[in-house]
Amino acid sequence: MAVRIYISRDAAAQALGADETTAALQLAAAAKGASIALTRVGSRGMVWLEPLVEVEDANGQRIAYGPITADQVPGLVQAGLFDAAPHPLRLGRVEDMPWFAQQERLTFARVGVIDPVSVDDYVAHGGYAGLRRALGMTGAEIVHEVVESGLRGRGGAAFPTGIKWRTVLEQHSPRKYVVCNADEGDSGTFSDRMLMEGDPLCLVEGMTIAGIAVGATKGYIYLRCEYPHAGQALREAIAAARARGYLGADVCGSGKAFELEVRMGAGAYICGEETALLESLEGKRAEVRYRPPLPAIKGLFGQPTIINNVISLGSVPVILQRGAAFYRDYGMGRSRGTLPIQLAGNLKHGGLVEKAFGVTLRELLYDFGGGSASGRPIRAVQVGGPLGAYLPESQFDTPLDYEAFTAIGALVGHGGIVAFDDTVDMARMARYAMEFCAVESCGKCTPCRIGSTRGVEVIDRILQGVERQANLAQLEDLCETMQHGSLCGLGGMTPFPVMSAVRHFPGDFSRDR
Amino acid sequence: MAATEFDNDSTLDSILAEHAGMDGPLLPILHAVQETLGHISSAHVARIAKALNLSRAEVHGVVSFYHYFRQHEPGRHVVHVCRAEACQAMQCERTEQHAKNELGVDYGGTSADGVFTLEAAYCLGNCAAAPTVMVDEKLYGRVTPDRLAAILAEWRSR
Repeated sequence: MAVRIYISRDAAAQALGADETTAALQLAAAAKGASIALTRVGSRGMVWLEPLVEVEDANGQRIAYGPITADQVPGLVQAGLFDAAPHPLRLGRVEDMPWFAQQERLTFARVGVIDPVSVDDYVAHGGYAGLRRALGMTGAEIVHEVVESGLRGRGGAAFPTGIKWRTVLEQHSPRKYVVCNADEGDSGTFSDRMLMEGDPLCLVEGMTIAGIAVGATKGYIYLRCEYPHAGQALREAIAAARARGYLGADVCGSGKAFELEVRMGAGAYICGEETALLESLEGKRAEVRYRPPLPAIKGLFGQPTIINNVISLGSVPVILQRGAAFYRDYGMGRSRGTLPIQLAGNLKHGGLVEKAFGVTLRELLYDFGGGSASGRPIRAVQVGGPLGAYLPESQFDTPLDYEAFTAIGALVGHGGIVAFDDTVDMARMARYAMEFCAVESCGKCTPCRIGSTRGVEVIDRILQGVERQANLAQLEDLCETMQHGSLCGLGGMTPFPVMSAVRHFPGDFSRDR
Repeated sequence: MAATEFDNDSTLDSILAEHAGMDGPLLPILHAVQETLGHISSAHVARIAKALNLSRAEVHGVVSFYHYFRQHEPGRHVVHVCRAEACQAMQCERTEQHAKNELGVDYGGTSADGVFTLEAAYCLGNCAAAPTVMVDEKLYGRVTPDRLAAILAEWRSR
């Protein structure tokens, strides 16, 4: 019988050589005359162990080895890889590894386990149970379930997902849309990408449930063009779902229609802002819209539109499958359920950790992250992408919770955590935050368009030691204008990284260089 | 030259025909044009505008808004170097500097031999294995200056 082998097709695994390892395995098997059945899966999230190879042993257990580069394959095969034999790189079952065992994987339950584009695999692991249940409910009942789960927008704004859905449900319009915001542009975030590559049918199912709930028949996934691998996985998954009757004019024989289309972005960070994204989908410059009207009332092509992040929509299947109470029982305070957290930057064990809200930054950085990759002390951490605050060590005991983060002037955002060691120059990071805002500003409002460029100039003067105190005062004043005067979060939140750097790391702004 | 222009025209015609009836077709059309013709010229803009009943200014405005769309022919391969925070935390400045030195250009430029166009990227979603570089659609993690030199050499010989 053929030996079953699993290797990730995730972009991060490919970036570390998974394709080359796969080719080497096939070559080694052929040379040995061994019969192997190789499946490309999503990533388990342990990026530091990629390329990770899992071999099914005689008892049907998946035994992991990693990291395995192509040049190590012949030796490993020689040592009995296909028999799951002992080896220094043998890790055992992934589920038994503490890093993995201590997680609560709800949204990411199937990622790394199943063939991402196989409907059979998906269904065998609980997929489409949520949609089946939803098809027996009224739209109002589905919406109620999502409201009761406590799910809040995982894209960053943390607005209750069910409330958005209810608003769209209440609109009387022959045409409604479901739009997935897959423009994951925040640095240090990759959970959307991993879900779309590792379990795209989960997103497809979540969007289908959303469509059925509010009476929308068309969905768009707006995907950033930096993610070609995710685009490929989504297109394959959509075709597979359609072929099996999970999409189309008659979803699962319910008589209800729902169709999906992937649209590629074109390298504009601002498209993560939902109204800019809608402009872009309509074929325009991605300039932010004035609100009201809300997209739920007047969204894509002027019609009522649900617009949610990938992880928000990807969390819906498990909520419908297991019930609102099951999901709500995870978490703390008003942050219910789990958050796929991304450990990035200067960390030894970077990757994806799904945990219930309430886990502290320190646990994430040291217990999961293993401390810095460089071995030096972690000096600063940016949470929530380029618009998130920089936090010093004294704030590492803050639990991951929307309200707890707001209370310290920070943001959970999309759950990305970027660690920096003590070689970081925080004045330069503040300058970069302004520079990034200037590069990505859509240009519609003045505080963002002009403020960001002036911000770079002011910080440059501080760096050069020109009238330091006066320029620091100027910077604070400018940040206040941007925060309160900008039309959207880009200009409005760029002050968070800038001012947190000034506040927590004043020495970096006052020393001569 | 005339033959090339003719080919471009018929390619553009078929792209426009493929997208007829689509809602919000402009970005998909621009992607298809760039993918098949390498870039989006002012002549393309004029024809797209006519087909969609838009002004040339409107189409040009969209082309120039998005970083990904290019109005000039790039090198044979496009090298994206990520300069976002997670990559900075892993010293991507050294990788950036190496790219600029070896290719002899700044961001947006094409090397003198026409092989590589260098572009800045703001997050490629590979933040747990930084610094990240993408050549065409192939992604590379933990790219030190030495590793970048090897990657560029490999692509140059393709």
